[in-house]
Amino acid sequence: MTLALALEQLLNGIQLGVMLFLMAAGLTLIFGVMGLINLAHGSLYMVGAFACAAVAAWTGSFWLGLIASLACAAAAGAIVELAVIRRLYDRDHLDQVLATFALILIFSEGTRWLFGDFPLYLDIPALLQGVVTLPGDATYPVYRLAIIAVGALIALGLYLLIGKTRLGMRIRAGESDREMIGALGVDIRTLYTLVFALGSALAGLAGALVGALQSVQVGMGEPVLILAFVVIVIGGIGSIKGALYGALLVGVTDTLGRFLLPQLLALFVDPSQAGMIGGAMASMLIYVVMAVILAVKPRGLFPPAHA
Amino acid sequence: MLTRENTVNLVLALLLLAAPLAANALGQPFYVTLATRIAILALAALGLNLALGLGGLVSFGHAAFFGIGGYAAGILSSHALSYEPMIFGLPGTVQMPVIWIVAVIAAGLVALAIGAISLRTSGVYFIMITLAFAQMVYYFAISWPAYGGEDGLSILVRNQFPGLNTMKPLSFFLVCYVVLLAGIGLFALIRASRFGAALQAARQNETRVATVGIHPYRIRLTGFVISAMITALAGALYADLNRFVSPSMLSWHMSGELIVLIILGGTGRLFGPLAGAALYVAFEFALGGLTERWQFFLGLILLGVVLFARGGLLGLLAGKAKHG
Amino acid sequence: MKKMLAAATMALSLGASGLAMAEPLKIGMITTLSGGGAGLGVDTRDGFMLAIKEAGNKDITVVTEDDAQKPELAVQIADKMIQSDQVDVLTGIVWSNLLMAVVPGAVAQGKFYVSTNAAPAALAGQGCNKLYFNAAYQNDNLHEAMGEYANKTYKKMFILAPNYPAGKDSLTGFKRYYKGELAGEVYTKVGQTDYAAEIAQMRASGADGIFVFLPGGMGIAFMKQFAQSGVKIPVMGPGFSFSQDVLPAIGDAALGAKASGQWAPDFDTDVSKKFTADFQKEYNRLPSIYAVQAYDAAQLILSAAAKASVKDADAFRNELLKADIKSPRGNFKFNTNQHPIQDIYLTEVVKKDGVLTNKTVEKIFTDHGDAYAKDCKI
Repeated sequence: MTLALALEQLLNGIQLGVMLFLMAAGLTLIFGVMGLINLAHGSLYMVGAFACAAVAAWTGSFWLGLIASLACAAAAGAIVELAVIRRLYDRDHLDQVLATFALILIFSEGTRWLFGDFPLYLDIPALLQGVVTLPGDATYPVYRLAIIAVGALIALGLYLLIGKTRLGMRIRAGESDREMIGALGVDIRTLYTLVFALGSALAGLAGALVGALQSVQVGMGEPVLILAFVVIVIGGIGSIKGALYGALLVGVTDTLGRFLLPQLLALFVDPSQAGMIGGAMASMLIYVVMAVILAVKPRGLFPPAHA
Repeated sequence: MLTRENTVNLVLALLLLAAPLAANALGQPFYVTLATRIAILALAALGLNLALGLGGLVSFGHAAFFGIGGYAAGILSSHALSYEPMIFGLPGTVQMPVIWIVAVIAAGLVALAIGAISLRTSGVYFIMITLAFAQMVYYFAISWPAYGGEDGLSILVRNQFPGLNTMKPLSFFLVCYVVLLAGIGLFALIRASRFGAALQAARQNETRVATVGIHPYRIRLTGFVISAMITALAGALYADLNRFVSPSMLSWHMSGELIVLIILGGTGRLFGPLAGAALYVAFEFALGGLTERWQFFLGLILLGVVLFARGGLLGLLAGKAKHG
Repeated sequence: MKKMLAAATMALSLGASGLAMAEPLKIGMITTLSGGGAGLGVDTRDGFMLAIKEAGNKDITVVTEDDAQKPELAVQIADKMIQSDQVDVLTGIVWSNLLMAVVPGAVAQGKFYVSTNAAPAALAGQGCNKLYFNAAYQNDNLHEAMGEYANKTYKKMFILAPNYPAGKDSLTGFKRYYKGELAGEVYTKVGQTDYAAEIAQMRASGADGIFVFLPGGMGIAFMKQFAQSGVKIPVMGPGFSFSQDVLPAIGDAALGAKASGQWAPDFDTDVSKKFTADFQKEYNRLPSIYAVQAYDAAQLILSAAAKASVKDADAFRNELLKADIKSPRGNFKFNTNQHPIQDIYLTEVVKKDGVLTNKTVEKIFTDHGDAYAKDCKI
């Protein structure tokens, strides 16, 4: 194995992590502020991808598609919040799980109703096509580097938003004491709708960005939803910082596991067997990591101070 | 005492028995199969209800135990039919009682391990860590080649119960029905016992339980293991119903469905799982026949139940639950 | 059960005496019409119904239900169709794991099953059954063909498939014919959507060719990412990796990919041209290979129903075995294990009138059967 390959795989891991962060940030924000488990977060990811693919196909511009994905996912999030989610804040987690599970069914079949049975086409924009050369003569797609950059920008943006703005102050206040903030005269209902729409828009953005890399199809949000949950649980639910570290940990672990485990096993058994067993072990790896972390730190790596 | 809830429960139990008997007499064996499915899913949800309803432990990973039960049935019978011994040279078997014991023990051991780690966490963390463990089992089953992997394992002839021809839909239904009633009986006993009281108390007020000298961790772990065992028993029956077991029994959708059954029926109630399973299977069957968009409408109905019919079907029929 | 068996025997004796001929036939179609895999099921259903519609036989009814790609649901629907709807023939399942759940039970209850796609090895060898026919192929066939093709040009292949039985069968089938060196053999997680790590390995491995079996969304993701990676190694795969249902979503990234198939939309025979035109007219899109397979399955059932009563299982089976149909694929007959013997072609993805489609390049196998037929004792 060369250094260049190792570097490339590390970048792949970081890119996967960044993508997971976009999903996990919204999820953890919504949980931190409203105390809500949103299984339908993956559906908003799907909405973003479909919106981007549809608008890009219609106008021929990926960038318009990207804007549409943000707008549509935020709008879908706001509508869902107003119609359904807002009745669930004072319910227990059980009701939230069931209601958002139901939303998944509705979103999935609804999307298929609107867009038909076949996957949609979405390509990366011309501007970001091509590859760059890495040290050691390997190449790396520009688009994946761009995803890493977008992720870093969003992380910074969220940090500034929550740390430095009025809205962020209210979000932090909401996280630490829900009754108090209402008493202070902040319109908490609007705040919740805003936060939910923001989280949804992040999921939609992730969906659109990833939609250009993979298949835009119904059900695309479910595998990534489960991974995002793993991320926020590892990071500490409610913590944006935890989501970032958790996402990078999961992304890098998963990528390197897929890459290294079969090679490691090939030292002991024949390559075909090593491929199968190593592949099986790699697919379980992140769950093992999560179980170990929770066994040692039951509230994740960066548990929020409150609650 | 014949309260309103008891009356409703009695009617439910009798309906579940009467419907397949009638269907069988009318020469409609498919409805017997449908009733069997209801009974088995009810048993699986009943197991989960012990952890979730009584103990407040929202396990999002009970599909793992359901699937382990299923695989116990599939693996034992495949070894019995091929005459190949399993590990340690043990023979397979096609006898349901033996399979049930193996399924229950296997799931119990796994639940002990999963529970020991998971119960260190609580709330959302508990939901997610149980999900993670179930996903581990799921991916293991998919990629483990010995027993069919993703393709699953067929049970060519339904396993046997002494003195019965289980291939007859009605006989197999009666087996499942009796097991379900026994499960409900066990649930009622546990709920009324000192252990059950402690489990419920640990849900309502952890500190108070700890101060009277009961260790909530052990109580919960015991509850979790028993709950997994009941669900595994249902899994073994489910494999025999379909004459097939596959990783889809282990998927997170299955865990979600078990939760759905409980909430549909009424959380923590004795007959909640049965009411929920009956309603869910009926929806799935009726909507599936009407439109290929049935999942959309199923979603709407579920949403309606959570938002507007708190307490589930039993909440509507029998009024508010006395406890909890 | 007993009652049904009795009814079947009575019908058998009736049929044997030559009474019943053009009597009603009820076909139960179980296929995937919801969720992510619905595209394949929709093509299956549409291909099948096209043949039924063209035949215009009022005595034949088809009941269709959605299995949502869940094995348990497929079993439940099969039970219902057999016990309640009293269907005579079952068909339509796309996925091997669902097929394995349904077929053993269905044939045990004396029903015919004609597969439109899935063809696991378990039902082609020792596990073959008189009542189980496959109108598509045997799962290994298309992979074997690519192994044979790779021998010609490539010395060092990198092969990749998902880590599940169909994936393992795929690579086994490929290696059965491929004689060169392997640069790598990788099994990925089922449902994996990011292949960056695997693509990096491919480039680093020094392979001169890549064979991938990644059905559905996995294949779409892989092809797009491979094109974006700038790696220039030729990619090939079995036909369904580049079938008409996924090509539009892959886009130009698929151009030039080589695949194996029993059929391509450019087949220059009258039957194939008519089929493609009729399908396009009826559904306003190009047919995929699933549609062809389902179309042929329907033709097979129709051809048998025209000559024998399904109540006379032996006679009906004999008519099915004759495979007296005009398949868009051309030559088609049944092997001893009731799986097809057919020609397999090399195809290439091209753009024709702005639409991505497959073009036939050459024939790889003539009258190709499968490796399991010798183990089948019917």
